[in-house]
Amino acid sequence: MSATSHKGVQFNWADPFLLDDQITDEERMISESAHQFAQDRLLSRVQEAYLNEQTDPEIFREMGALGLLGVTVPEEYGGVGASYVSYGLVARAVERVDSGYRSMMSVQSSLVMFPIYAYGSEEQKQKYLPKLASGEYIGCFGLTEPDAGSDPAGMKTRAIKTEGGYRLIGSKMWISNSPIADVFVVWAKSEAHGGKVRGFILEKGMKGLSAPKIGGKLSLRASITGEIVMDNVEVSEDALLPNVQGMSGPFGCLNRARYGIAWGVMGAAEDCLHRTRQYGLDRKQFDRPLAATQLYQKKLADMETEIALGLQACLRVGRLFDEGRFAPEMISLIKRNNCGKALEIARNSRDMHGGNGIQIEYHVMRHAQNLETVNTYEGTHDVHALILGRAITDLQAFA
Amino acid sequence: MKILVPIKRVVDYNVKVRVRADGSGVDLANVKMSMNPFDEIAVEEAIRLKEAGVATEIVAVSIGVKQAQETLRTALAMGADRAILIVAADDVHTDIEPLAVAKLLKAVIEAEAPGLVIAGKQAIDNDMNATGQMLAALLGWSQATFASEVKVEGDIAVVTREVDGGLQTISVKLPAIVTADLRLNEPRYASLPNIMKAKKKPLDEKTAADYGVDVSPRLEVVKTSEPASRSAGEMVPDVDTLVAKLKDKGLV
Repeated sequence: MSATSHKGVQFNWADPFLLDDQITDEERMISESAHQFAQDRLLSRVQEAYLNEQTDPEIFREMGALGLLGVTVPEEYGGVGASYVSYGLVARAVERVDSGYRSMMSVQSSLVMFPIYAYGSEEQKQKYLPKLASGEYIGCFGLTEPDAGSDPAGMKTRAIKTEGGYRLIGSKMWISNSPIADVFVVWAKSEAHGGKVRGFILEKGMKGLSAPKIGGKLSLRASITGEIVMDNVEVSEDALLPNVQGMSGPFGCLNRARYGIAWGVMGAAEDCLHRTRQYGLDRKQFDRPLAATQLYQKKLADMETEIALGLQACLRVGRLFDEGRFAPEMISLIKRNNCGKALEIARNSRDMHGGNGIQIEYHVMRHAQNLETVNTYEGTHDVHALILGRAITDLQAFA
Repeated sequence: MKILVPIKRVVDYNVKVRVRADGSGVDLANVKMSMNPFDEIAVEEAIRLKEAGVATEIVAVSIGVKQAQETLRTALAMGADRAILIVAADDVHTDIEPLAVAKLLKAVIEAEAPGLVIAGKQAIDNDMNATGQMLAALLGWSQATFASEVKVEGDIAVVTREVDGGLQTISVKLPAIVTADLRLNEPRYASLPNIMKAKKKPLDEKTAADYGVDVSPRLEVVKTSEPASRSAGEMVPDVDTLVAKLKDKGLV
């Protein structure tokens, strides 16, 4: 007790619970490198990319060179072999610039590299992982279909056994990266496996495989989205992911991506808070800064509070992830909470910027528009409530 | 050739510093600290010389609090081969003065025998701009300060210096002290795989006493104050009024 200061410390509004103190030196360095990269290389191009709905594939190469793709994948396959907390910190740093850039990275890391690493054969790992880690290959993940969104088990895509392999028939919808992808991890019901869902690795250029772009998005415009159309795509036996069957395959991937999203959206929310605070200090109306008004301060306090709590929750789940003690419901809880809160923060930030808030240069409306998608994809806010509701009551209420 | 790079842990350049209540300096408790940006440039230059086959080993040295270990890890993650931490203070608010730092570096250099020392031209916390020069004097080595280009040719370093009114190119005999200016290079980001590898690189921990150097302060900080706030501007209707006002104030 004697060594404890009774005076406490100076409050740091930018890091209210001293998160920086709770992570390791290594995690702090990783966070710092990702942050610098995102601020220098991504922030400078996001406005144009967003306005023109353009995705620069070179970003994958740049992320790969820094080691942002496959943070948790072991070094022997070209990954970094770092903690899930590190992965979360990277997501936060990248999404601080744009949710679309974070989506590009999450899909590559959690939805393409993770299933190949966790469910793939040694040959598949050797063949794909190093090139996905360097960004030479761009990957995408096909689960959602036009008629199977919140209910992915209702998918229609089929894998029909052929001599020496499978023939895939079906189409996938809302697939991040698909129009520029080299590698497609696709989930299909396989007749040869009793109708169970199995994963397949497809490659660009296969006969019958196409990935048209979905245009006209008002959200995540810096990240390209498309369909995957499989018109009798013939693959050999070695395209099958051998080590998983059933919905636990895609859900295993989604757990990781959703965990990253929970961190990522806090980055977008922090950017909104920082920009809105500065705007309120600079903007004078009625002869005083907007930030000197009670309404403005109350809203900033709400943002500050939700971000502090949200990040602390992410760190806790990240530590449990690293200890192998996580439950999918924990991830539903933080994905749902943090996306909903970040969206509200971004909408309020837009509002607090007044008329200026609709301009691209002020960034906050772009975040708000992006977060509409992030709140919806990888399990909507309501579907995650049902996952938690089922865990609380032991009664499922999906259908 | 071995290159030695001294680095300092300083308050991050993005932090808006606050003066401590007693005026003894700025508040550093719970404040983000980073590698001095000029030292980052020095590390980058050493790495480039190694990549070009001029240098064989890069040793990073930091003097200060134990937490400077993290700053050294950053240097290792960028590409330094090993690091030496000399713990000379317990409190982050204790700034080791340039002369004491130069004496400690001299002792390290005598043990390590590098062919070149590349340091930042100054630390952004106290802007002393003295350590490199003092070190050259203590060692009796050549010095090339404010470098914007460094070329090593045999036992000579050809250094372009940023001086008032232009550039000056000098050649100095090695071993020498070079201090890095802003335009020498653009430092790389530490990649994540290299951050992981940096954990395994050697980092020796020493104390100032190990080198028999007294680090107690010789300077007294009398006062620290915020810069005077800018007074409000005045809008003038046209150029003529502007010129008249400037003449009035004796500025033109």
